[in-house]
Amino acid sequence: MTEAERIQPGDAIHIGPPLTVDRYGPAARANHWVTAASLILLAISGLALFTPSLFFLTDFFGGGQNTRMLHPWFGIVLFVSFFVFFFQLWRANLWTRTDFVWLSRIGDLIAGHEERLPELEKYNAGQKFVFWAMSGLILILIVSGVIIWDQYFADATAIGTKRIAILAHSVAAVLIICVFILHVYAGIWTRGTLRAMTRGSVTGGWAWRHHRKWLRKLAGQHRVGPAE
Amino acid sequence: MMRPDSPRTAAANPPVQPMETNLTERDLIRRSATSSLPPPERQLTEVAKLIDVSKCIGCKACQSACIEWNDTNPAIEENVGVYTNPHDLTADMYTLMRFTEWVNPETDNLEWLIRKDGCMHCSDPGCLKACPSPGAIVQYSNGIVDFVHENCIGCGYCVKGCPFNIPRISKVDHKAYKCTLCSDRVAVGQGPACAKACPTKAIVFGTKEDMKKHADERIADLKSRGYANAGLYDPPGVSGTHVMYVLHHNDKPHIYADLPDNPRISPVVETWKGVTKYVGLAFMGVAAAGSLLHGILGRPNRVTEEDEEAAEELVERKPEARV
Amino acid sequence: MTNAWTDIKNTDLVVVMGGNAAEAHPCGFKWVTEAKANRGAKLIVVDPRYTRTASVSDFYAPIRQGTDISFLNGVIKYCIENNKVQWEYTKAFTNASYIVKDGFSYQDGLFTGYDEEKRDYDRESWDYVIGDDGFAVVDPSLQHPRCVWNLLKEHVAIYTPEFVERVCGTPKAKFLKICEMIAECSTPTKTMTSLYALGWTQHSSGAQNIRAMAMLQLILGNIGVQGGGMNALRGHSNIQGLTDLGLMSNLIPGYLNIPTEMEENFGSYMSTRQFKPLRPGQTSYWQNYKKFFVSFQKAMWGNAAQADNDWAYDYLPKLDVPSYDVLRIFELMNEGRVNGYFCQGFNPLLAFPNRAKITSALSKLKWLVTMDPLETETSRFWENHGEYNDVDTKSIQTEVFQLPTTCFAEEAGSLANSGRWLQWHWAGGTPPGEAQHDTWIMGQIFVRLRELYRKEGGAFPDPIVNLAWDYKDPGEPTPEELAKEINGRAIEDLRDPTDVTKVLVPAGKQVLNFSQLRDDGTTLSGCWIYSGNFNENGNNMARRDNHDPGDTGAYLGWTFAWPLNRRTLYNRASCDVNGKPWDPTRKIIEWDGTKWSGFDVPDIAPNAKPQDVGPFIMNQEGVSRLFTRGLMRDGPFPAHYEPFESPVDNVINPKIRGNPVARVFQNDVSQFGTSAEFPYAATSYRLTEHFHYWTKHNRVNAALQPEFFVEISEELAAEKKIERGGWVRVWSKRGSIKAKALVTKRIRPLMCDGKAVHVVGIPLHWGFIGAAKKGWGPNSLAPFVGDANIETPESKAFLVNIEPTTPPSEVVA
Repeated sequence: MTEAERIQPGDAIHIGPPLTVDRYGPAARANHWVTAASLILLAISGLALFTPSLFFLTDFFGGGQNTRMLHPWFGIVLFVSFFVFFFQLWRANLWTRTDFVWLSRIGDLIAGHEERLPELEKYNAGQKFVFWAMSGLILILIVSGVIIWDQYFADATAIGTKRIAILAHSVAAVLIICVFILHVYAGIWTRGTLRAMTRGSVTGGWAWRHHRKWLRKLAGQHRVGPAE
Repeated sequence: MMRPDSPRTAAANPPVQPMETNLTERDLIRRSATSSLPPPERQLTEVAKLIDVSKCIGCKACQSACIEWNDTNPAIEENVGVYTNPHDLTADMYTLMRFTEWVNPETDNLEWLIRKDGCMHCSDPGCLKACPSPGAIVQYSNGIVDFVHENCIGCGYCVKGCPFNIPRISKVDHKAYKCTLCSDRVAVGQGPACAKACPTKAIVFGTKEDMKKHADERIADLKSRGYANAGLYDPPGVSGTHVMYVLHHNDKPHIYADLPDNPRISPVVETWKGVTKYVGLAFMGVAAAGSLLHGILGRPNRVTEEDEEAAEELVERKPEARV
Repeated sequence: MTNAWTDIKNTDLVVVMGGNAAEAHPCGFKWVTEAKANRGAKLIVVDPRYTRTASVSDFYAPIRQGTDISFLNGVIKYCIENNKVQWEYTKAFTNASYIVKDGFSYQDGLFTGYDEEKRDYDRESWDYVIGDDGFAVVDPSLQHPRCVWNLLKEHVAIYTPEFVERVCGTPKAKFLKICEMIAECSTPTKTMTSLYALGWTQHSSGAQNIRAMAMLQLILGNIGVQGGGMNALRGHSNIQGLTDLGLMSNLIPGYLNIPTEMEENFGSYMSTRQFKPLRPGQTSYWQNYKKFFVSFQKAMWGNAAQADNDWAYDYLPKLDVPSYDVLRIFELMNEGRVNGYFCQGFNPLLAFPNRAKITSALSKLKWLVTMDPLETETSRFWENHGEYNDVDTKSIQTEVFQLPTTCFAEEAGSLANSGRWLQWHWAGGTPPGEAQHDTWIMGQIFVRLRELYRKEGGAFPDPIVNLAWDYKDPGEPTPEELAKEINGRAIEDLRDPTDVTKVLVPAGKQVLNFSQLRDDGTTLSGCWIYSGNFNENGNNMARRDNHDPGDTGAYLGWTFAWPLNRRTLYNRASCDVNGKPWDPTRKIIEWDGTKWSGFDVPDIAPNAKPQDVGPFIMNQEGVSRLFTRGLMRDGPFPAHYEPFESPVDNVINPKIRGNPVARVFQNDVSQFGTSAEFPYAATSYRLTEHFHYWTKHNRVNAALQPEFFVEISEELAAEKKIERGGWVRVWSKRGSIKAKALVTKRIRPLMCDGKAVHVVGIPLHWGFIGAAKKGWGPNSLAPFVGDANIETPESKAFLVNIEPTTPPSEVVA
């Protein structure tokens, strides 16, 4: 069994009825929303400083000075919370051969023929892409962000480095916002997903439809949670 | 009545009658993060400060006058084995004499190059271009680039935008500081404090045109003394500056404590404030709009009854799982 | 200064040697940049360090400190040999043609008449041959082998470029280049100015350094002309005023002398001050000495000074030694022979050499009064500041009174600048706290003392109880009252000697200037040379008319310059023998056939015929002196002597240590170090960022130059493994200090007499009090030795050793 195929602790089936499957525990969900909130705050505060046409967004934070002061701290929060996430999820997000097959048939997915795609473990290639893109971009953002965090690190690097850092920060920010949009939309488009991050569980049908292999494995390994 | 246009030269006796300020909002030709700036009502004569490095004796009277006039309080640092003190520009030290010991390879003679560093007041100011805060950095039609501190958010983008590495962010109020070319003095007909204090007239102030003429005389004098490459430093890469240098070795400005040979706004900064901004907005816009459209027009991916049943069936086929 | 600051703009060549004008006199230096910018003038700097002045120079050459006389004698030799002499000037306006007595000679580094025991010369033979007519014998053809010119040629013969290179460490090619540039100024239409300061005076041969340049300037014809002269840049806005007003133990105001104990009465005092002309028809202005002296005595003691008591001559103290200069006072203090000390506007603990000795001397006082606007190290000499002032406070019993005074900006008065301009200024602020004007403090002390003497009498209370003190408020004479008294007034009606019915100055009115002073007790004047400063026209020092007719830089309507508002001394010498300007484009004055007139006040009687009267009217000769007769203690010509502490021996006579007649106290001889023990040549200096020990109290200045450092070459740093910005210990036979190391290309080892001499530069602005970081001054290391003529300490050349070290313990803590 590869790392990606290993069942994550906490994942379990509830017979119900209705049948539900635990996908995320309370800590993971809280962490997700901290990450999500900080990312949203970062996006708003960052966009305010990114382009004059959005500078008005600084009003949400009590003005430009506060926005400038808070943004890096949001970043620290995001980094830490995502860091925790990362170590929980990285194994399940390792790339497998199935992902290529799945990806090559992505058109079928969008066209509504998910049944033509291979059965999946806990994450599909799209989710994995979001995970790794987030990971990489957050790393870029935190490193470049610290470099341009003049309040504390003004003297740590040369101007040339800072310029590259700020460009990298901007580009990475644009990309992460795009990834974020993708992630959110995918979560909405794939109905029944949101509850994984609210209630922590999905319906059995959702698991069957989208992550059948994962469901099979849970069922096969007697991962059944206590009855509610 | 038309008020007298700025400037006066620093050497001339300034007016003693109180004068209304000559630099107002209506004299702005650029304003940071502002796309719709009304054109100025009038065009002020371009001013410039000319720093003749060959006349400078490094006395630091300019630094001292700058501290006094701007009422700053630079720290008393340590000696680190150089004459340059403080060791760098700070939010409390807007101008700095930088001392370089340079052995002229042609003559083998030592030359002690002393350059007064500070804001160059570029015609194309990188700081202003980089600034995200509307109205924190402005440029007057006489060429002065000024920081408006009430609008400054302390992000330090100006530091990155500046081709000369000049602005500094205060650790106290988190605002950017740099030489204002004494805009508050120039506005009422006085020259900058440093020029006023300079004992050798190495710093002079006046219209840019006059300063260029004066520089020509100085350059002719320097050439007569064997400085074949003497010249005026008014770099075209930033469309000229309103602080200019007369250099004995204008062919290699970098020997003067790393004065850029061909300063321009860094391409990285241009990319950041240019294409990145537009492409980035477009990307994000497309992503958001695409999602929205797909959400409205496309069919969501729903779980069906069959799926639920299939799941139950799967689980039920494994009764041992209930144990 | 013979000329004015503003006159420097008229020069063609500026030689800065023995000074660092750009650095220490940045405001005055503007006139150098004016000359450079507007006249194409060149600037030469000769200094052990490549200074800030050197940074704007056209030519720089290094020199080992204390060897300036060799350099300058070398230039004189070059000019003579290459016929670069302003002959007409030299022949007519110097004593080149005067015949010197046969007994005078110079051999093995010594002049005739040296007494090793007394460390003094018998100067009898250092004089002219006086003819039967009572006048000096001259040979205008300069053929006589004993004429000054030929003796001078002989004297400078050894100072070849090779000799200069060997002694001074100045590369021959650079020396010759400077000779060429200077020699160009021997034409009547090119002038050179000499700007110097403590770099020449603070040597055991300090006065002779200046003489050497003065002689060079004379043979080039550069004295008395626009853009020429000998220009001492004074180190303080009013230090010129200090000497003018006789704040020296051997002077009374206006360069008159305190009597010596040999001069028991007025007659014997005046007998050596007849100053008869040494050539026919000459002015010899000091013939008026008695007028000035009597007027001074009348200013001091009023009615108590009368003809029948020799104008209160006995009230004056009589010197039993040549002078009670600072070095001697501290020597006596250290011997326990001085019990009380008023220290007014002076910080000797940092200013005078051998700080350990100064501390020891102050510790022996019963009481010390300091009067200063600032907290000084001297007033805190007893306070332990760790390594910075490591004294045992408990063992010091000196009672210290600190009297805070006002500073220059809080009081009115005049400041005499280097160019002899008395510039009146007005108080710009009110004094803080308990600060009082110095005049108030002195007034209060005086009226109390007088009261005590009146009540209790004493051995000789007369000079005190009879002191003229008719100020409106005896407790605080005003600056205006003092200035008027200095100007002088008529005590009785002054009548025209040719027409006694005509009253020139009614009794009680101010005299116009010193030409109206008399020796019969009918006038008084506190300082004759200043007379004219505050006459019936008002306070001339307060004038601020900056018109400059002829664009000469004279500015006669701006304040008042002594003497008689004259801006260029000896300006008669700007014209040839017939009274026509040497350079018509640079006219100062000229003779129009009947009188002298022009842009400046002529330095000659207005109707004195040019062919008859020489330009140097203060000299008995009427001409200037290339040979000074016996007027200087260490020789009529400047000769090379090493500093007392020198890295090399005197190449002329290795047995001679230092200047053979320089001021040395026996107690200090054991405190001289040798080059074996202390191999490096140290020198001291000021930095632009600071003013002496004052501005370290100011946060702005302290930020601009925060911490004590020493400057050394990259070569010495490498040899000693000293890092830039690292801590070093520098020590001499007299003390040890710690400093940051400033390793620089601006100091390079000099090759002298075959060995590399490393220079250690020590700036002097730090102490243990103030806003700047704590530090030391070079005086902890400098030797207690004074110039032969004026006792200025030899702070510019001494020996030290250096090594890397750890920070002072306070810095670590």
